Amino acid sequence: MAYSEQEILAGLAEIVSEETGLPTDSVSPEKSFTDDLDIDSLSMMTIVTLAEEKFSVRIPDDEVKNLTTVGDAVAYIVGAQS
Amino acid sequence: MTRPTLTQSTGPAATRILGLGGVRGERVVTNDEIAGPIDSSDEWIRQRTGIVTRRRSGPDTDVVDLAEAAARAAIADAGLAPSDVDAVILATTTYFHQTPSAAALLADRLGALPAAAYDVSAACAGYTYAIGQADALVRAGAAQHVLVIGAEKMSDFVDPTDRSISFLLGDGAGAAVVGASDTPGIGPTVWGSAGQGHLIRQTASWKEAFEQGTAWPTLRQEGASVFKWAVWQMAPVAEKAMAAAGVTPEDIDAFIPHQANMRIIDQMVKQLRLPETVVVGRDIADTGNTSAASIPLAAERLRREGQVGSGALALQIGFGAGLVYAAQVVVLP
Repeated sequence: MAYSEQEILAGLAEIVSEETGLPTDSVSPEKSFTDDLDIDSLSMMTIVTLAEEKFSVRIPDDEVKNLTTVGDAVAYIVGAQS
Repeated sequence: MTRPTLTQSTGPAATRILGLGGVRGERVVTNDEIAGPIDSSDEWIRQRTGIVTRRRSGPDTDVVDLAEAAARAAIADAGLAPSDVDAVILATTTYFHQTPSAAALLADRLGALPAAAYDVSAACAGYTYAIGQADALVRAGAAQHVLVIGAEKMSDFVDPTDRSISFLLGDGAGAAVVGASDTPGIGPTVWGSAGQGHLIRQTASWKEAFEQGTAWPTLRQEGASVFKWAVWQMAPVAEKAMAAAGVTPEDIDAFIPHQANMRIIDQMVKQLRLPETVVVGRDIADTGNTSAASIPLAAERLRREGQVGSGALALQIGFGAGLVYAAQVVVLP
């Protein structure tokens, strides 16, 4: 069963919140992982791995550097589901 | 004429680690000292790696010197003499001769001749690979007392301007003596390799460097990918090692992973759901990442500081360039 864009954003916000301690409502599509949310490369890998498990998708390591914003990650996961 | 039936060796049913020893590079290298060339800071390095200092040796010390000091300590800890050792397995990636092996030089220096002697090239998994071999050799009757050493002079293999791995690395050696035991003291070794050799690599081969006049080859890694592999692929390997030994996380006294990066250690502890009572080896904070030496160094420190006692059950896992890995549950001496 595919997750909707809204469900993916909400799920991703929970994962980011768990990893960083930031409130879930601060994790909005336009936020940059590095510049706005202060997430470093290792935390990003943790978030990516947990998102892979949660949404049953595969996000190659090489793709991670292209995921600049939360919206980029949501869009990638939406696309990877189909 | 009938051919005779060959005799094959057999050994004791159980083995254990009889003694442990370790030595660290004598110089304490702070983050401030190495932060400049990588445009970094003490705070950044602590946050990314958990490393406060690393220990490095001077120019007159090599891998065999470090190995000798650790080996003598381990042999004494086992209550043995060098002449009791009949096999020497030395795990290293920083002995810069193709031949003879560092182990052969060490056996001679220790006064352990005619012990069998050879090196193991399994990067940061070298020690756990070698413990697996030592256990098998003793139980097969091929040796009685196997000296295992992880020894590294990583400071000979670093580029001060490299932001991927060099700033993590330290020098040291840790050693163990494996021999027969009345009760099982070394669980089955769960080991393997995983391809992806490019994730931790040498910048060029020695032949290329010589022929093309490139810089002295040094190490590089794809840190984020290595982190992901180490945590999420190695936690299941550690779980398999516990299952193979017939123990659960609740039975474990100490978790001693390769000291690669504190962030990897913390995340592995989380993935393995280890009880809070499990003592975790965190020697990396002061010693840095010493590759094949890191597990025995962390083990000897936990014991020296009284964080674990003799007879403690330790889950140890090595993983690194190759990619290669090996884990086993052991009883600490």
